[in-house]
Amino acid sequence: MSLDRGGPKGPEGVGLRSTQFRKEREEVWRELEKLVQHAEKRGVRSLPAQYLVRLPLLYRATLSSLSVARAISLDRNLVDYLESLCARAYFCVYGTTHPLRDALSGFFRDRFPRAVRRYRYHMALAALFLVLGTLVAYVLVARDADWYYVFVDGHYAQGRDPAATTDELRQVLHRGGRPEELGFFASFLFTHNARIGMMAFALGFLAGVPVYLLLFINGLILGAFAALYASRGLGTEFWGWVLPHGVTELAAVVLCGGAGLILAQALVFPGRHTRLRNLALKGRDAGVVVLGAVAMLFVAGLIEGFFRQLVHDAVTRYLVAFSSLALWAAYFAFAGRERPA
Amino acid sequence: MSGRHGLLDRLDERTLERRIVTPEGIPLRIEVARAGDRAGGFLLDLLIQFLLILLLILTVGWVSGWDDDWGSAFALLAAFLIRTFYFTWFEIRWQGRTPGKRASGTRVMDAAGGPLRSEAVIVRNLMRELELWIPLVLLFMPEQVWPDAPGWARPLFSVWALVFLLLPLFNRNRLRAGDMVAGTVVVLAPKAVLLPDLGAAAPAEAAHAFSDEQLSIYGIYELQVLEDLLRRTDAGRREAFEAVATQIRKKIGWQGDVKTERFLRNFYAALRARLERKMLLGKRKKDKFAKG
Repeated sequence: MSLDRGGPKGPEGVGLRSTQFRKEREEVWRELEKLVQHAEKRGVRSLPAQYLVRLPLLYRATLSSLSVARAISLDRNLVDYLESLCARAYFCVYGTTHPLRDALSGFFRDRFPRAVRRYRYHMALAALFLVLGTLVAYVLVARDADWYYVFVDGHYAQGRDPAATTDELRQVLHRGGRPEELGFFASFLFTHNARIGMMAFALGFLAGVPVYLLLFINGLILGAFAALYASRGLGTEFWGWVLPHGVTELAAVVLCGGAGLILAQALVFPGRHTRLRNLALKGRDAGVVVLGAVAMLFVAGLIEGFFRQLVHDAVTRYLVAFSSLALWAAYFAFAGRERPA
Repeated sequence: MSGRHGLLDRLDERTLERRIVTPEGIPLRIEVARAGDRAGGFLLDLLIQFLLILLLILTVGWVSGWDDDWGSAFALLAAFLIRTFYFTWFEIRWQGRTPGKRASGTRVMDAAGGPLRSEAVIVRNLMRELELWIPLVLLFMPEQVWPDAPGWARPLFSVWALVFLLLPLFNRNRLRAGDMVAGTVVVLAPKAVLLPDLGAAAPAEAAHAFSDEQLSIYGIYELQVLEDLLRRTDAGRREAFEAVATQIRKKIGWQGDVKTERFLRNFYAALRARLERKMLLGKRKKDKFAKG
């Protein structure tokens, strides 16, 4: 802006400095407004490259106009307009910028495994609750089969209880199905489990207590089943039935539970920040973990829906179980690590 | 400035106006969205989701002949994806807006004023599970999750749903649980139009039509009230002009003979010129009660 000495009486009108200022800058604002309008309607990335380059420049120029206008202009409409235009441009410039595709690839390569590693103790704690539940139920049911009815709901058991014959129990482990039915089964399992997983995460908001319960109860059911099958000498077959998908599924459940614990910790022990700020900081990491876990549950649903129903050979089942364990372990241990320069 | 580490700065306890500081260090005024706007946008989004899923089921059913397991597997999966990722997808692609938010003029932003990160969007929408779907399912279809729920369960779930539904009304930034966890806030999408400069239209003689004494009575507040008045376009503006002009003429002891609107415009320009000059020298006369 050329601040000429122009006194109160200029050639045009009263010669307000703020009017002069507006005349000189208005073109820039209008150009920015047009770009922002376009971006708001069709997205920032729909802007042609030559405009995309102008956007931050125009934005900064308009921000500086706003500062000047606040200092020299009493035209409220002008200041309001600039403020609103700056805010709109700010949303364009600082809104989410990377395309979804890049975000996703970076997600599985780096962010997901890194977040899991960063919160490994939360994950370990969540796993501990699951294992604890499994052990408790296993020991109790192994000593007295009546405990089984305490841990496993009648609806859920569907006849798989201590009253069933060994043959009936074995049949469940080798139930097959037509592939087209299995597709529906797999997608049902995935959506169902994903919802449980997201629930485990969200429950962390209630100080984490429900997360412990959920993990522990899941462990109880697993342990009760295992004890029941073991008591009939079907232990190996049972684990061969559970583990191929169970490794992935249980890992995902543990991750969701761990993410819930991250939230709970942020709420209960906020540390250096305020509770709300800390929740916001930790919450995002926890969300990364949950999203990754949902993807894992998708894989688990496929294994459970197809593989388990189609492949009945114990060796193959164990092979898949152990290789999936090794794969996930390697993924979470090494993926996304920064290489020493 | 707490806006740098914490949430938005409050400008005024009673209103929903907040201040953010851009990374360039310039404070901007932002208005937090009202509960009604958000509810309206959300309901519209729900409706769109519902229609999408309906369309999906009809299409899949039509293509696969209604009795195909692959078809229903696909439909189930796609419905899940729509329901879970509708908000996330739009808010990432459209910089914090969904069709419903666009219609209601609201948008999501980072509460600390930084860029809106995709993690934040993911998290704020994952929390909807806890805030809405779990209590709704428990309330209306408890047998899906908890087959033998005791009698007290239903009131409990109603309270749960209600607590999360009303949570935004009990904090100053209207945050729902998802916003708290993600560090986001829903604000009104700003929109202001640049109107013609009232000062530019005044003729040169306006500048010395008033004496310094006459101009020293009013302050910035009165100037901007006058600006609002002059920008009015409704039918009653003439009467209002008349009333205000009479008052100003009396207050400053005006003797001249100028048409009412002309007089007001000239007075506005002259007053603004004087107050802006003062402002450059560091004197802001807030209103007519302030000195200067």
